[in-house]
Amino acid sequence: MADYTKMWTDLGLNLDNHDALLENLGGAYQSIFMSQEHRPEGMGYFDFVMSEAHGLRIQELRDEQEAGRKIIGSFCVFVPEELVLAAGCTSVGLCAGADFAQEEVEKVLPRNTCSLIKSFFGFKLGKVCPYMEVSDLIVGENTCDGKKKSFEIFSQMVPNFFQMDLPQNKAPMARKLLKHEYEAFIAKLEEMTGKRIGLEDLKQGIAAVNAKRNALARLSKLRMANPSPISGLDALLINQIAFLDNPVRFTEKVNVLCDELELLVKEKKGVKVENAPRVVISGCPMAIPNWKVPAVIEAAGAVIVGEESCIGERGQRNTTDASADTIDGLIDAVVDRYFKIDCAVFTPNQERVEHIKEMAENTNADGVIHYGLQFCQPYIMESFSVEKTLEKDGVSVLRLETDYSQEDMGQLSTRVEAFVEIIK
Amino acid sequence: MRHAGIDIGSRSIELVVIEDGEVVVSRQSESGYNPVERVQELIADISFDKVMATGYGRASLEIAFDYPTITEIKAYGTGAATLHPGVRGILDIGGQDTKVISLNENGKVFKFEMNDKCAAGTGKFLELMAVSLGYQQSTLGLEALKGQEGIEINSMCAVFAESEVTSLLAKGCLRADIALAVHQSVCRRAVGMIKRQDLKTPILFAGGVANNACMIHLLKQTFGDDLIVPTSPQFVGAYGAAVLAGFL
Repeated sequence: MADYTKMWTDLGLNLDNHDALLENLGGAYQSIFMSQEHRPEGMGYFDFVMSEAHGLRIQELRDEQEAGRKIIGSFCVFVPEELVLAAGCTSVGLCAGADFAQEEVEKVLPRNTCSLIKSFFGFKLGKVCPYMEVSDLIVGENTCDGKKKSFEIFSQMVPNFFQMDLPQNKAPMARKLLKHEYEAFIAKLEEMTGKRIGLEDLKQGIAAVNAKRNALARLSKLRMANPSPISGLDALLINQIAFLDNPVRFTEKVNVLCDELELLVKEKKGVKVENAPRVVISGCPMAIPNWKVPAVIEAAGAVIVGEESCIGERGQRNTTDASADTIDGLIDAVVDRYFKIDCAVFTPNQERVEHIKEMAENTNADGVIHYGLQFCQPYIMESFSVEKTLEKDGVSVLRLETDYSQEDMGQLSTRVEAFVEIIK
Repeated sequence: MRHAGIDIGSRSIELVVIEDGEVVVSRQSESGYNPVERVQELIADISFDKVMATGYGRASLEIAFDYPTITEIKAYGTGAATLHPGVRGILDIGGQDTKVISLNENGKVFKFEMNDKCAAGTGKFLELMAVSLGYQQSTLGLEALKGQEGIEINSMCAVFAESEVTSLLAKGCLRADIALAVHQSVCRRAVGMIKRQDLKTPILFAGGVANNACMIHLLKQTFGDDLIVPTSPQFVGAYGAAVLAGFL
């Protein structure tokens, strides 16, 4: 990596903290990703993006800013990238997947807050996230109680913050609310750029994001093969990078990788032995560098064939209908696409259980591992009915509850290994 | 053929060797700070053809001696099903965790649950309570059986329970009564885990805590004869591992 010290200093990062984070990350990446066998060559690009995630990619974003583009940071798959692109801005995901500056975080948040929320506070307070610092606007959203209340505090820490309300059910009134919020978001973007979003802009934004989602859907489909041509860890990594990379280039590289995977599937070449136990992960999102549970699962000899997660199928499935020829019609199409997301903050949320079942069937999974972050009420509450419903249909389920610490690795390994022994 | 099973738990290590289906060696040692060394001592003077390691410390044997490993879930499942064919559930309370395991008609594990990160309601918890009450760990259960009902211990956290016990002692409660209450709280937790998993019977009670007379007494109040206590409950995992070594 080139020397980015000046850029990081300009962004206001704490260089000591940041060095410590990068060193940790680099070590984890080496031992988790680079040690995998039978990796497709196409992963080389994603390894490169990861190695430059805090370097070249940030430089690119700064260059875009220089050229007048605004960078919009967000935490949730309910913030439509289509609208951001249509406004001539760039979208980056800010969710964080590692503990950082815990002592600082616990000065402003209760201890029993989920790791994900604590993490983005830690990244902010420790001044180690260049994406957060480079963002011209940060969008928070009213999903769970933890997030919406913590945004009251977080919004005071950043110069430009936009709070998006989200519905909690799928009634017609709720859809109206979502549309209202998206219109308010558009207004905010337009105010920042000083330009109105036109019909063509919106069409192009939708097309770019649809292409990206189609590429990811293609990747998901290829993982249905037995043996699966790619590890769950690598597929998760690609889904994580989807929130950071330039969308057009990312789409192209995912498609290049899929071309290679298609050949591997034809030759019956897999990342693990044929008939390796196949697992779908379902539950809370896993943001970079949260690779703990997938690493444990694949080290136990299983292969992950799908992620029912915001960073995965829940966030990326379904494209937006781009056929309308008015701006309002296209906004409606965007609302329709996002309104289908079956996040656990909705009630009732039977669609999600149905979707997990469907994924397990489509991927020929031998079992489902439900991943709950400690103190994440919505997903942990749903995990009981997910387990019950799936087991009634003969699908084995293991419920895990953990956080970002490494102290429970022993117990997690035992549980996962025992589950793999059962579904083998 | 002699098949050995080694179960490295958090508190103790068990070694079982079987030959033609008969147990010919069974030994136990404390885990200590260097379990691998303890295992070396345990096996120094015995021979076996195949071996399988299990338990919390199984990975250390894989690293040190390249032994094959399985989880303690499968080891206990196999051990229980071999010792007592027809068993449909296992309650294993060991040194630092509690496991509830469901077996199908063929003795195969199909579902399990383990306690969370901490040692709440495990052997370690009882060990700490024995210290607080001034009892020997080995006689804690017998002393508790002499206690009168009426006290309730609510904390499952060993640290909080200790202060609860201290304040009960300060109030003048009899330590045998408190000891009984401690066992009742561990029992409630175990029964809760069993009910949550809808465990079928008969249930085999395994692990070191299954040597505790009061725990057996209390669990029998709920499960009666559906609770089976094997003669050497802490060897069930090592025995299962030895049986599985035979399939290598």
